[in-house]
Amino acid sequence: MKFIRNFMDKIEPDKKDSPFLHTLWDGFDTFLYVPAHVTKSGTHIKDGMDLKRTMIHVVLAMQLAFIIGMYNIGHQHYFALGLFPDFFAGFWEKLLYGVLQYLPMLIVVHVVGLGIEFIFATKKGHAIEEGFLVSAFLIPLVMPPAIPLWIVALATAFSVVIAKEAFGGTGMNIFNVALIARVFVFFAFPAEISGDEIWVSPDYSWLHQGFSGIASLFGSNDFFSMNAAAVAVDGYTGATPLSLAAKGGWENVQAYTVSIADQTYQPYSVSNLLLGNVPGSVGEGSKIAIILGALFLAVTRIGSWRIMLSMVLGAAFMSIVLNIISVQYGAELTNPFISVPWYYQFLMGSVFFAMAFMATDPVTASGTSTGKWVYGFLIGVVGIIIRVLNPAYPEGWMLAILLLNVFAPLIDHVVLQQNIKRRLRRVKV
Amino acid sequence: MKSIRLSKESLLTILFAVCASAAFAQDPNAAPITANSLVLLLFTCVMLLVVFLAAILGDKIIKLAAEKLLGDERAARFGLVPSLKELILGSRLTAEAKKKIVKLNRGFDIKLNGKAKKMLKDYTASTYAVKPTDFIGLKPIPKMMVKEGAKLKAGDAIFYDKGFEGVLFTSPVSGELIEIRRGAKRAITEIVIASDGKFNSAKFKAGQPSSMGEEAVRKQLMESGAWTLFVERPFGVVANPAIRPTSIHISASDTSPLAVDYGFILKHLDMRHVQVGIDVLNVLSDKVVLHLDKNSSKVTAVDTLVGAEVIGFQGPHPAGNIGVQIHHVSPISKGDVVWTIKIEDLATIGRLFNEGVYAPEKIVAVAGSVLKNPHYVKLTAGANISDLIEGNLIDDNVRVVSGNVLAGEQIQKDGFLGVYHNLVSVLEEGDHHEMFGWLIPSYARPSLSPTFPWRMMDLASFDANTNTHGEQRAFVVTGQYEEVLPMDVYPQHLMKSIIKNDFEEMEGLGIYELIEEDVALAEFVCTSKQPLQHILREGLDYIRSQN
Repeated sequence: MKFIRNFMDKIEPDKKDSPFLHTLWDGFDTFLYVPAHVTKSGTHIKDGMDLKRTMIHVVLAMQLAFIIGMYNIGHQHYFALGLFPDFFAGFWEKLLYGVLQYLPMLIVVHVVGLGIEFIFATKKGHAIEEGFLVSAFLIPLVMPPAIPLWIVALATAFSVVIAKEAFGGTGMNIFNVALIARVFVFFAFPAEISGDEIWVSPDYSWLHQGFSGIASLFGSNDFFSMNAAAVAVDGYTGATPLSLAAKGGWENVQAYTVSIADQTYQPYSVSNLLLGNVPGSVGEGSKIAIILGALFLAVTRIGSWRIMLSMVLGAAFMSIVLNIISVQYGAELTNPFISVPWYYQFLMGSVFFAMAFMATDPVTASGTSTGKWVYGFLIGVVGIIIRVLNPAYPEGWMLAILLLNVFAPLIDHVVLQQNIKRRLRRVKV
Repeated sequence: MKSIRLSKESLLTILFAVCASAAFAQDPNAAPITANSLVLLLFTCVMLLVVFLAAILGDKIIKLAAEKLLGDERAARFGLVPSLKELILGSRLTAEAKKKIVKLNRGFDIKLNGKAKKMLKDYTASTYAVKPTDFIGLKPIPKMMVKEGAKLKAGDAIFYDKGFEGVLFTSPVSGELIEIRRGAKRAITEIVIASDGKFNSAKFKAGQPSSMGEEAVRKQLMESGAWTLFVERPFGVVANPAIRPTSIHISASDTSPLAVDYGFILKHLDMRHVQVGIDVLNVLSDKVVLHLDKNSSKVTAVDTLVGAEVIGFQGPHPAGNIGVQIHHVSPISKGDVVWTIKIEDLATIGRLFNEGVYAPEKIVAVAGSVLKNPHYVKLTAGANISDLIEGNLIDDNVRVVSGNVLAGEQIQKDGFLGVYHNLVSVLEEGDHHEMFGWLIPSYARPSLSPTFPWRMMDLASFDANTNTHGEQRAFVVTGQYEEVLPMDVYPQHLMKSIIKNDFEEMEGLGIYELIEEDVALAEFVCTSKQPLQHILREGLDYIRSQN
């Protein structure tokens, strides 16, 4: 392995003459090798943990949700066409479709985002920072599968420049970078991210056509030719569970059925919702995968269990309050969403995804332990309010988290003031 | 007497469990929650609360009754619910029960290989040094009182500093001053004395300190150089002679990596000297506290000491740090001044008044996994450590640290031991690249993070090296410092207030309670590799310059 090290040393560009190349080289070099730096002042030994390791563990935690989400793109596509209606039928076709739909998004985000990061790192004269490792994986996960790539690129550029680098880079940002990318799409291209039908990717791109040959190796010759016969099946509307619940409560979600080849399917049964066999943003679907990821983050203490637990508590609390209201005044209210039992609120939409990967971002969350409890709880409460009571937005977590991002420093300030007051009281005693 | 304490977190969890169980009791197909079930839920909560309060009340009543009948110590064992610990371990009422015990939970023990074997040798070096840089608060160029070539006895003055009028910095041994070494901007770094091997001391007055009067005691301490063994908090500087401290804290505890075992050190200390030392402290201040750790609590000789409140501290590092301990005994507020001293230095003071000689001897551990034979030595302060290291090394690419590996100071292989240090740590330099070391570490290393498999088992002990294991970044991870600092302090926010030079916030967030060694462990665990000790010192210097 010595020759790789020697090679890296040999090709090191000059820092003064070509700063951009040097930053690029440095980013790659520190990815390959932990530098030979030794401690100069302060502690003589250091913990084995660094930011790269922290970030890669967040990325690892979302892998299961990412893989199932990718497969689900394919599944939803074929389901809409009335083909392979069972989740595991047509496994390879679905996987290949999903991968081909998803990977370009992932690559575009990385190229655009990392490109900007390298430029800013060069300008500021410091090493490339790892924060974008996580953002780059999160951004495609919160996008609809059928979104055009140029919008993804634009959203990534916007969020990296405006939400992060404008504030000073990793660790300095006020808003969650991945959420800013989504909120950009949400407000700049509302047609691409709201509405019922966009959560399923219907078309075949040139990539799919190119790979149809490979698909035939797995025994499917229809990969490409199906496009011609693609007609949405009877009863299929592409509606998400949330939009159904907003119209008619939980009963409406359960009543939604699709008939394919004389068989009736209930797409939003509890087990389907848990597994992630539903249309939506790429990563939000599989509750089981996300909960496993959240547990991984909590056990490794990368993500704050306080925020996760209190956010679930907050969402449960607000949903129970709404349930009580619906029991008391149910008949007079026109919003059937509030009658959805509180535990079913967790099965729909992206509450767990927001909890595990968005709310726990340590930079934008509260920094004190007490503050984390308040922060998480309020996200839960506000998220449910937006989701249920606001007809304009189908889902509340993105806005709830961004709102609490703004309030996080204030929450910390209150906690710190308490600490300062305790200390002052001691002086008087 | 300890009452049952529920943290906010556990209360919340209980509340949620009650709500959840009540709600899940419903048939999910029926209407979700009826008015009836709500009443039931409220009723359950109230009943639980009543039972809980009744239990606490009953427990207190029993304890109060027991206290009246049996006295303080034994009453602690009575109550409504038997203590689980007592059920398992059986009741133990030893000498330890007499001491106050403070248990600290937060922290982290860095287990390193190469702890010193409990084997004591005498060690005499050919040269000794006084390092002005060891003392915080001095000017870079203190006033020299003798020139190169001067013949000195132990306790003879070498230099003084204008900021500490009357305090003399003296020679630890008898011999000849051979060299004054200077560093950047001609600052004096080391004053080297060649020992004559006789350890003759200048003559001081022997006598019972309480009968000598405060003025005479102070004068003797300042003139002999023993005064410089005190460290003043806040700021961790040389004690200010113009001040009478609110309390003086004696440290016989250390939990840092490779630290000396104070149980072992106390066995080799002359308790007569320590007792007279405590008498001296009682002249200087109204409150004297002796701090013990797990090891030193077991030494029965400590029980014979009078004149000091004895408190034992248990828990992982930094539970053994005097600053953390003071926070739990008598926290330093704005305007307070306390002094701290190590118990072996206190014995030096005691000897000064018992025998009238200044002989700053101490027991020092030489430890580290790269040493063939890590052990304890008895030596005089400021000794050159080259003979301890030479021939004792397994590997040559090493770093020698005077003090512990978290807060100590790097010295050369032929350097001198720092005046406040009782440990020489030797560790491997980590100046090598590690392929994908951040992802798949190629060797075990100490870490707080459970992402490392060995952390989950919490069994291993490590050969640590000086590699930074990553590069410096902005603050990203939160809550990490609090996890290893058992104090009511928010270190990350304090550091940020120092960086932005916010004087009031620094004060409010408790900068007076900290010096470098207290945040050293937080600096070790920092994911962003921030230099916390350096930042803290800048803040302390800033505040000192404002006053």
